[in-house]
Amino acid sequence: MESGALQPSLYTVKAIFILDNDGNRLLSKYYDPELYPSMKEQKNFEKNVFNKTHKTDNEITFLEGMTIVYKSSIDLFFYVVGSAQENELMLMAVLNCLFESLNQILRKNVERRSLLDNMDGVFLVVDEIVDGGVILESDPQQVVEKVNFKADDNPLSEQSVAQVLQSAKEQIKWSILK
Amino acid sequence: MIKKFDKKDEEAGSGSNPFQHLEKSAVLQEARIFNETPINPRRCLHILTKIIYLLNQGEHFGTTEATEAFFAMTRLFQSNDQTLRRMCYLTIKEMANISEDVIIVTSSLTKDMTGKEDVYRGPAIRALCRITDTTMLQAIERYMKQAIVDKVASVSSSALVSSLHMVKMSYDVVKRWVNEAQEAASSDNIMVQYHALGLLYHLRKNDRLAVTKMLNKFTKSGLKSPFAYCMLIRIASKLLEETEGGHDSPLFDFIESCLRNKHEMVVYEAASAIVHMPNCTARELAPAVSVLQLFCSSPKAALRYAAVRTLNKVAMKHPSAVTACNLDLENLITDSNRSIATLAITTLLKTGSESSVDRLMKQISSFVSEISDEFKVVVVQAISALCQKYPRKHSVMMNFLSNMLRDDGGFEYKRAIVDCIISIIEENPESKETGLAHLCEFIEDCEHTVLATKILHLLGKEGPRTPSPSKYIRFIFNRVVLESEAVRAAAVSALAKFGAQNDDLLPSVLVLMQRCMMDSDDEVRDRATFYMNVLQQKQKALNAAYIFNGLSVSVPGLEKSLHQYTLEPSEKPFDMKTVPLASAPITEQKTEIAPVATSKLPEKLAPSRQDIYQEQLAAIPEFESLGPLFKSSEPVQLTEAETEYVVRCIKHTFAAHLVFQFDCTNTLNDQLLQRVLVQMEPSESYEVVHHVPAQNLPYSQPGSCYTLVRLPDDDPTAVTCTFSCTMKYLVRDCDPNTGEPDDDGYDDEYVLEDLEVTVADHIQKVLKPNFGAAWEEVGDEFEKEETFALASVRTLEEAVNNIITFLGMQPCERSDKVPENKNSHVLFLAGVFRGGYDVLVRARLALADGVTMQVTVRSSDENVVDVILASVG
Repeated sequence: MESGALQPSLYTVKAIFILDNDGNRLLSKYYDPELYPSMKEQKNFEKNVFNKTHKTDNEITFLEGMTIVYKSSIDLFFYVVGSAQENELMLMAVLNCLFESLNQILRKNVERRSLLDNMDGVFLVVDEIVDGGVILESDPQQVVEKVNFKADDNPLSEQSVAQVLQSAKEQIKWSILK
Repeated sequence: MIKKFDKKDEEAGSGSNPFQHLEKSAVLQEARIFNETPINPRRCLHILTKIIYLLNQGEHFGTTEATEAFFAMTRLFQSNDQTLRRMCYLTIKEMANISEDVIIVTSSLTKDMTGKEDVYRGPAIRALCRITDTTMLQAIERYMKQAIVDKVASVSSSALVSSLHMVKMSYDVVKRWVNEAQEAASSDNIMVQYHALGLLYHLRKNDRLAVTKMLNKFTKSGLKSPFAYCMLIRIASKLLEETEGGHDSPLFDFIESCLRNKHEMVVYEAASAIVHMPNCTARELAPAVSVLQLFCSSPKAALRYAAVRTLNKVAMKHPSAVTACNLDLENLITDSNRSIATLAITTLLKTGSESSVDRLMKQISSFVSEISDEFKVVVVQAISALCQKYPRKHSVMMNFLSNMLRDDGGFEYKRAIVDCIISIIEENPESKETGLAHLCEFIEDCEHTVLATKILHLLGKEGPRTPSPSKYIRFIFNRVVLESEAVRAAAVSALAKFGAQNDDLLPSVLVLMQRCMMDSDDEVRDRATFYMNVLQQKQKALNAAYIFNGLSVSVPGLEKSLHQYTLEPSEKPFDMKTVPLASAPITEQKTEIAPVATSKLPEKLAPSRQDIYQEQLAAIPEFESLGPLFKSSEPVQLTEAETEYVVRCIKHTFAAHLVFQFDCTNTLNDQLLQRVLVQMEPSESYEVVHHVPAQNLPYSQPGSCYTLVRLPDDDPTAVTCTFSCTMKYLVRDCDPNTGEPDDDGYDDEYVLEDLEVTVADHIQKVLKPNFGAAWEEVGDEFEKEETFALASVRTLEEAVNNIITFLGMQPCERSDKVPENKNSHVLFLAGVFRGGYDVLVRARLALADGVTMQVTVRSSDENVVDVILASVG
């Protein structure tokens, strides 16, 4: 079971999840029914992963027998989980594709608020990248085209000055806290 | 199209979550607007998003409410809003398992999947396959086949991936799409190519010939997708492993050529595949190691991690191959990613020289508290390996380990440390006292029962033999006062061993035992009373039998025998010898020193292999009267790999009989074999009594047939025999496509390789933790001694291994390990001969020109001694 060699299979991704800066789940997909079958186990796992990763921007780690690649942006954390023997670069390809696609549909505004405002687009993006654990697409351009999603367009005029200030404050706060 | 949330949310500031206070009931209430005409796409979209969000948060939806929402949702197919339609597909997939009658959307999805809008077609296929079962799949088969070869990449990919998901459920249907998948594999689109390759492999993986053909085709034509290349490398390396193909095979050349691919992903996959190949020589490893070395200085953390993780693996088997990378690894030990740093250090520990050990240990102790438990375990394992390599360093290591033992950490981590200390103690006698002292300190404050009992057991085994055993008594007795029942019981057993071995301690131990007899727990009291009585007899033989070397029977076997005995009460006392013996625990193989999925290892709950066989054989009426199963051998292959029929044999030994179990597999898909039996021609006076044929042996389903042989009773020393075996059967040809066999068949036979029965088949391994005591217990009544010269053997190790495999007995007191640079060695072997006679062998070996061996055998039966000596000669 522990043999290093991988069974040839397309099932590469065990889970994908996006957490906010308090470790709360915004989106998660578990593709392997044997891995953390219950909601409680899943949230527990996410909490462990978050505790180990949110302070350091290290890109990759190994926890509970799983390889985890991750990336953070302002107040968001993106995780892709694979088996211990999985090709780390494949997992990275998925993570990069996820991040780049979201970056495009959220107009370079990859932060919690804008993500939540466009949650439908986020669900669709994840659905286009991984299907049941199989990498469906790894090119962000393709993903964006397929989803064909227009972000909630908030022209600046519509935003109150207070709001702009608020979000600037938040961003500065997070860059200091990191 | 634009979607807005309630103004209120937006004004609450950017920190708020518009989904935060969602109420399931309120959302479901809102879902009623799905029924309004005309449909308001923006509002409906918002509600669907909320539903999916709630499901994703783990909100529980009851079947009725889910079904209601689902049916309302189906109305939204009337709208032509793209995003709304896509969200409907998502909702279908999310609700497929919680709502009833989801198949109601089949026709809508089929329409979308075959429609004009390419944006809909892929996602519709994936949603449709999610709700489809085998019977319905046949109805949409035509569309699926078309979709697989569709020129729109997303449609083709979706169809291929969905087919792959369906293979588990409806293999027979999906396998009919092989030709379409084949066509898709030559697509220009990289993802389509990858998915097609994956599906083709899954459909063909049991057919080695087809896989080989497929590999040939793709390795020649070349692929565009790096993912597909990785897949191809994995298939190739699996095939290499299965066929035990040499490294001159074209498959190996293909993998090696991938080291020059322009994608890092492919290069890494190829390097990793080469590293994981069994029996790779240093020369073959070199190119793989050098690309990994390049990756070590990559700016990408994931790539550095991947490289150093793989190098760590190489270092376990071929440390010298990695030495070239030492400089690059040195640079990584200060990497900000602690996982990388840890792996780099542990790799260096394996490849570096003795002098660098201290420096590396210092470096690692500076951040050991920052890394996760998984990596701490890796560190401990590296230290464990190091101690074997540089025994002189054990004091540094022991210090480091004891510090780690004091730190916080989970069970797996502590267990790794304890195991490591125990192995150091066993390897280096001079470290025993410090090691035991650290462990004693650890159990003073140890929350893990398993570890405490393990350490107490070790103290009982090793403590009495140290120069001052009395100092351990305090630690052990503290446990009796403070701990839970299991630990107290273990402590009592450990105390008894001190009393049995050290006469001057006996009076004090007896006093302590007396106190334990007042314990509140039954088990603790029972043990104390039992040991008390044994110790008071002051007889060496009793001590050996009941305190040092406990029962060697299999526990489930004992339970079964006792149950049987109570069912049929008789005048005769219960005979321990009728209980099957526990096969000696296979010494734990050195676990791989790499991040291992420790938490995923299943605990050993399954009954032992022998208990399973016992059960299977007892179910066959012909074997009922044979008595308990004594021993089952490892399977012996009687055919070459890749022949028409694959047969392996397991030899089951009973008191006066042998049962040969032939596991046969028919690898011809156009034949059905019936009434399969193996005819055996013995070379000695063995008598074949009975055959139990396998009635049916269809393609690729293994079946077993049995042959019963009686051992000659007039000559108890006749233990070895050679059988020539022939498999006989009735062949019925069948149609390879439908599997329907012809009505009549013909008899045929197939010659198998000869099968040997050796002395090892008559002896069961038994571990005697205290060999000296056991040696005295058996006594010298039937002792015999003889000297042999082993001319063909060159080293002591080789001689030791030969004797162990030949006699099939259990080496005791770690005497199977020959210390380096010694010219003589003593090997202790213990076992039980068929019939329940204890056998002990002491072999003194001396290395001169060849190896000279003096064998002393003791047993409770004279014949057994003769058999062993005769067979060695």
